[in-house]
Amino acid sequence: MKVLVAVKRVVDYNVKVRVKADQSGVDIADVKFSMNPFDEIAIEEAVRLKEKGVATEVIAVSMGVAQCQETLRTALAMGADRAIHVQSDAELQPLAVAKLLKAICDKEQPQLVILGKQAIDDDCNQTGQMLAALAGWSQGTFASKVEISGSDISVIREVDGGLQTVALKLPAIVTTDLRLNEPRYATLPNIMKAKKKPLDAVTPEALGVDVTPRLKTLKVTEPPKRKGGIKVKTIGELVDKLKNEARVI
Amino acid sequence: MDFSTNENHQSIREAIERICEQFDDEYWLKKDRDGGFPRDFYQAFVDNGWLGICIPEEYGGSGLGISEACIMMQAISASGAGLSGASALHMNIFGLNPVVVFATEEQKQRMLPPLIQGRDQACFAVTEPDAGLNTLKLKTKAVRDGDRYIISGQKIWISTAQVANKMLILARTTPAEEVKHPTHGLSLFYTNIDRDYVQAHEIEKMGRKCVDSNQLFLDGLPVSVEDRIGEEGKGFEYILHGLNPERLLIASEAVGLGKAALRRAVDYAKERVVFDRPIGKNQAIQHPLAQNWIELEAAELMIRKAAWLYDNGQPCGAEANAAKYLGAESAFKACQTAMTTHGGMGYAKEYHVERYMREVMIPRIAPVSPQLILCFIAEKVLGLPKSY
Repeated sequence: MKVLVAVKRVVDYNVKVRVKADQSGVDIADVKFSMNPFDEIAIEEAVRLKEKGVATEVIAVSMGVAQCQETLRTALAMGADRAIHVQSDAELQPLAVAKLLKAICDKEQPQLVILGKQAIDDDCNQTGQMLAALAGWSQGTFASKVEISGSDISVIREVDGGLQTVALKLPAIVTTDLRLNEPRYATLPNIMKAKKKPLDAVTPEALGVDVTPRLKTLKVTEPPKRKGGIKVKTIGELVDKLKNEARVI
Repeated sequence: MDFSTNENHQSIREAIERICEQFDDEYWLKKDRDGGFPRDFYQAFVDNGWLGICIPEEYGGSGLGISEACIMMQAISASGAGLSGASALHMNIFGLNPVVVFATEEQKQRMLPPLIQGRDQACFAVTEPDAGLNTLKLKTKAVRDGDRYIISGQKIWISTAQVANKMLILARTTPAEEVKHPTHGLSLFYTNIDRDYVQAHEIEKMGRKCVDSNQLFLDGLPVSVEDRIGEEGKGFEYILHGLNPERLLIASEAVGLGKAALRRAVDYAKERVVFDRPIGKNQAIQHPLAQNWIELEAAELMIRKAAWLYDNGQPCGAEANAAKYLGAESAFKACQTAMTTHGGMGYAKEYHVERYMREVMIPRIAPVSPQLILCFIAEKVLGLPKSY
């Protein structure tokens, strides 16, 4: 069984991003990039499936600028067998990414596609669901446990208020939540091996996908500064403030 | 000249940063207070294959150059692990190079894989209390006795001798009076530290509490002739081979520490508000920090150049010494600025920079003093008379 994993190059989670003066977006000049943490979990899950003998091949896919190949090398160093880079300097929105992934699925015929539930840069949480709709495959999103036997796949989902178990048929889409696994580090020998693994580049045009953005960002602003806390003297005052000022109870 | 980002270097740096993230400032603060070898930190590098970075692939390593090892050590130090983290690994990164270059196939198969796998941990026993930087005056003796040698003598400033089980030791096999050339007569051994014959006395010191430094007393340590590296009497030449890479690693560790200090100082200068504005708005605060950045970058470039020369088989003595000088001095200044930028807080342990200040004295003094580097450059590069 082939497993396809989508990985996104995002601003590193340790970076404190700053909004550009013209409010058109965040400043990404000279900022550290790395693999979206949820996608690391996705790669880890795929590699574990391969180590268990469930998957035969793990293919990592990334989309965007040339530097996405660095992210793919990380995926290869973690254990993916080969990589596909869809090269584009355009802003790729979730629908475009889902269409590109669909085109790659048509070509590669994976039985399972694992994606991060969302990317930490735009927090869209859309691509996996859109891909499932486009492909007509079943989906198990926010996965905290995945078990495959034959053509059945059981996914435990993290939902509001608890855990939900869904039984799906392959081919399927799984999106990862934080607790699915703890991704491994790329070991030095594997970093070196990754350099020799195949990495193919394609373009959206070659895949026949129109990636024109459908959404327009009007304005990006900093979150409002948090106001300092206050001390209350009595429980009564606390309850009053929670009720009438904060309006949370 | 190519200054574009090297993909190898970048992936090494990123992978190291990831490992170091789990050993945060609090970890090193605690280690600095309580001591105890950072075993879990060491093991993380073993588990991820990093100890083999410079060891050829046929013995389980990755066969990379000193350039890559420098990137690795700088990233470790810059993470805030400083010289505590770097020294825990240092000897096991490049120290066994004489074995790689001069040992027999049987020895390499026997000695290298256990080191990479973390089953063996090595220390480097060269310096002696009475010889200092004059390595040719070493007195520790190895006397041949059938198919073994008996080693007796003293060594000093031997890092990790409390926790290592192996040592690379240089000892005199021919008395100094009997050799034709002063560089002859010393032999190199890679052997077990048999505690029945070797006593390691830990030296209390200024910083880097968790990585022990020791005085070694060797009293009749038997060493099989199979543990001698290369020919008898040529040990000094073998050691010499590894001195330039050693300078580059320590220079990288210094630059990493300098960068950690600079980062803390800059963050503090941005956040600390006095007289209703961040102190970083004052040029008296800004300029020294900018100067530190410039000097650290320059040192890093010199390291890159020297490492490139070494990896390409070219002489790099002057450049490696210059890199160690620039690295240590620029890091020292950066640590000093970091202290003063923090004002009174810089003296408090919880701001970490005083620890850096104590640790940066190691690359300043070791493995060769800045003064001796100046002597070397004056003599070998400028052609001035030898002064010592």
